[in-house]
Amino acid sequence: MQNKWLPYFLLLPATLFLLLFFLYPFGMVAYQAFATDEGVLTTKYITKMTSHWKFKTALSNTMWLALAVVPIQMVLALYMATIVSKLKKGRDLILYIWTIPLGISDLAAGLIWLAILDQTGFLNSLLVGLGITDQPTTFLGYQNKGTIFIAVMLAEVWRATAIILVILVAGIGLIPKEYYEAAEVFGAGGWKRFTKITLPLLKPSLQTALMLRVILAFEVFAVVAALGGTNLPVLMGEVYNRQFVLQDSHVAAAFALLILLISIAFTLLIMWLLRTPKEARL
Amino acid sequence: MSTESTVVTGNQRIAKWSVNISIVFLCLWVLVPIYLLIANTFSSPAEVNAFPKRIYPSFDTESVRFFMNFYGVGSALWNSFKVACLTMIMSIAVGAPAGYALSRFEFRGKNTFRVLVLMTRAFPLPLLALPLAVMFIKVGLDDTVLGLAIVHTVLALPFAVLITFSLFSGVPVELEEAAWTLGCNRLQAFIKVIFPLVLPGIAASAIFAFVISWNEVFAAAVLTIEHRTLPAFLLQSLDDAPLHLKFAGGAVLVVPALIFIFMVRKYLFSMWGIANR
Amino acid sequence: MAQITIKQVAKQFGKTHALHSIDLTVADKEFLVLLGASGCGKTTLLRIVAGLETATTGEVWIGDRRVDKLAPKDRGIAMVFQNYAVFPHLTVYENIAFGLRMSKVAESEIDKRVKRTAGLMHIDQLLQRYSGQLSGGQRQRVAVSRALATEPDVILMDEPLSNLDALLRMEMRTELKSILAESDTTTIYVTHDQVEAMSMADRIAIMHEGNIVQATSPVEVYRNPATRFVGSFIGNPPMNFLQAKNLGDGWFDVCGARMQGPRHDASELELAVRPEDINSTDSHGEGDWQGIVKVVEPLGSHLQVTCVVSDQQCRVVMDSDVIVKPGDTVNLAPVAERVRWYDANGDRVQ
Ligand SMILES: Nc1ncnc2c1ncn2[C@@H]1O[C@H](COP(=O)(O)OP(=O)(O)O)[C@@H](O)[C@H]1O
Ligand SMILES: [Mg+2]
Repeated sequence: MQNKWLPYFLLLPATLFLLLFFLYPFGMVAYQAFATDEGVLTTKYITKMTSHWKFKTALSNTMWLALAVVPIQMVLALYMATIVSKLKKGRDLILYIWTIPLGISDLAAGLIWLAILDQTGFLNSLLVGLGITDQPTTFLGYQNKGTIFIAVMLAEVWRATAIILVILVAGIGLIPKEYYEAAEVFGAGGWKRFTKITLPLLKPSLQTALMLRVILAFEVFAVVAALGGTNLPVLMGEVYNRQFVLQDSHVAAAFALLILLISIAFTLLIMWLLRTPKEARL
Repeated sequence: MSTESTVVTGNQRIAKWSVNISIVFLCLWVLVPIYLLIANTFSSPAEVNAFPKRIYPSFDTESVRFFMNFYGVGSALWNSFKVACLTMIMSIAVGAPAGYALSRFEFRGKNTFRVLVLMTRAFPLPLLALPLAVMFIKVGLDDTVLGLAIVHTVLALPFAVLITFSLFSGVPVELEEAAWTLGCNRLQAFIKVIFPLVLPGIAASAIFAFVISWNEVFAAAVLTIEHRTLPAFLLQSLDDAPLHLKFAGGAVLVVPALIFIFMVRKYLFSMWGIANR
Repeated sequence: MAQITIKQVAKQFGKTHALHSIDLTVADKEFLVLLGASGCGKTTLLRIVAGLETATTGEVWIGDRRVDKLAPKDRGIAMVFQNYAVFPHLTVYENIAFGLRMSKVAESEIDKRVKRTAGLMHIDQLLQRYSGQLSGGQRQRVAVSRALATEPDVILMDEPLSNLDALLRMEMRTELKSILAESDTTTIYVTHDQVEAMSMADRIAIMHEGNIVQATSPVEVYRNPATRFVGSFIGNPPMNFLQAKNLGDGWFDVCGARMQGPRHDASELELAVRPEDINSTDSHGEGDWQGIVKVVEPLGSHLQVTCVVSDQQCRVVMDSDVIVKPGDTVNLAPVAERVRWYDANGDRVQ
């Protein structure tokens, strides 16, 4: 059959789509961050971004959130994945329940935790009901940046652990059972099997999950908006403010470029840290 | 000897129970917050704003009705639905042929394309909304359902390609070849043999694309003004809307997603299989 | 008339040469078996005939039509795949009817033909089932019925029985042979199983590393292997090969015995003889060998005895009531007219 051109023909729409709406626009972000509407190159937008008082706070909040959330999620997901992989009864049901948050948007997750942590929310109802406190506590007020931070952490761990779980369960599924049986024959206990077989063979999946999750962590936005409003500035929120509220699209682009560069840098870093030589793969 | 073996079984029993407790706790950890949101939604506005709160709903539909009749909600819902459907159609129409090509052919540039697809993973895609906002103004797509659907398709396309790739790879080439030897041309073999076999999977990846679009907040908020989707509408109302409106809105966002994830649960894993290689 | 002519067909996958310039003619209604070890290019050749693979060079003719540029559907062929390729979303009935529907055969005719071919393959009870509800053997039958139903000029089969267990394989072998003998199709049948090849074929084409080394009747292949490779490949236990020193004038020294062979220039040839063509005799004659028994394997109908003859290994088939044990010295008399000779290249010397 005359197949030579068919694959190219089939790939053409997707390729054009990605070139036009993915690669090219990201090129434009960089351009917009450095060029005025008249096309004059300038660094004034970058300066404007870095000199704004919110810049440092937004940057450090975003980084600290990622640093606080992602390790918890990785460990939790790994624990959940090992439980699931050993289950015989009810595996599908439990897996379904644990992956539910995958379908829930960040905004909805924020609202869900707002219902719990709001001043009139369920947590306060519980605390007062049990007599632990006698007044509802304002967890999410502007004076309580720390509790807002913890609230966002909770919501993020709640919402976005599922995506790691799915990747890890798929990865564990690829590890042949014989390896475990062989290790058991040699007398390796549960923990040994986990550290000597599961972890090393799961490295490519861990890499994928970590990359994906870290990038999503830098995009944190709607959860923060729902729980903290503008009390906890994050980078993505600043992009939104600049673009939509302040109509200052060049500075927005500068923020976007910053997020982009951080994301790419971390992707490369994770790829390098968790690299697996080709020969050592499954 | 006998004491030792009882120690072992005792340890094993403790280990087993700690796992069971973990499972129950983690299930509650996922389910209770959702339940609380739903409970809030089916309470009257007065109850929602009252303190302390009951943890069971009064099954009052006042909040839901208030939400549905709130100015802008109806059209936001409708816009969300339109954008999600368009995203679903575009991502499958563009992604499935690519998935098929990747699964069936060896050709130059195959790897380059895969890198292009996987590269989307390293990029914070919602940021695309910024440059595309500029581009769309030039071509008249600004503040349109189609424009937003294009951005959402960029988000959903990598998944569509990866899922359909694994679907098509799961259909033995021999089935297709058997069809050819029995009188089909390529297209006929695809329609009569491959398509019926992958249809459930295609539906799942379409649904997944729908959910991605349905949930997306940032690009929707940046790119639309008149044609707000529900998440964009809710984001805008965060500052001033009453609690019962927020919660009802959250529930309306969550419920379709729950159903959809239930429908696609079988395919959740094929999306990531390829990424591990 | 569906004679298949393969002219100088070669196939390269990147740097690997899967086929080197193959020439082969399959006569109308003939049952030709392509036999060879795994990886020798059988499947590739079959797929080139089917149109599922494109030859790098060469031509394929079916009847008087050149088909190598045609799509599989236009070649008048049907194919049975190793893994059966029964469509899982269609019933057995619809599977068998598939090809007929594609060629727009009338519904009543389809029904007739589906029932007839299903009857032939003894699957008429299964017509409403799906592939998931069938055993391997039943799927195999569906695949063959589906191929037969279109009444093709040519049926191509790629190791159709290799996924069945031994007993079923033997049963299907006999059945397939009788059904295909009755139909008017030309068949190319690929297998790596020599018993299958010997028992089913009108003609066997033996492939080795992308070449056809011999294409002739099963008996001929067995008796007169064209090359050393064919001799060693066909037959179980395999043919014995012994060094023969050329003494000139057509005489050779083989394991200490003087034997008459072909006239040849080479200082050394190889003598080949099948284990059942060596008699163990009581008296020592000219041209006999002295062997020392190493291993005795009783196989019920006969004994398989491995001897050492002048430091070379030689297998002999003996009657099951002969009493031998390791260490015994036996007198071995090769049947002169069954002895074959090969040169250093492995080609037969007459
Ligand atoms: N699609 C392909 N790509 C690369 N090499 C192939 C392909 N198909 C077959 N080959 C190679 O061609 C040779 C012959 O293969 P094949 O015809 O399948 O052998 P057989 O059927 O006799 O076992 C083998 O070395 C095999 O590795
Ligand atoms: Mg083969």
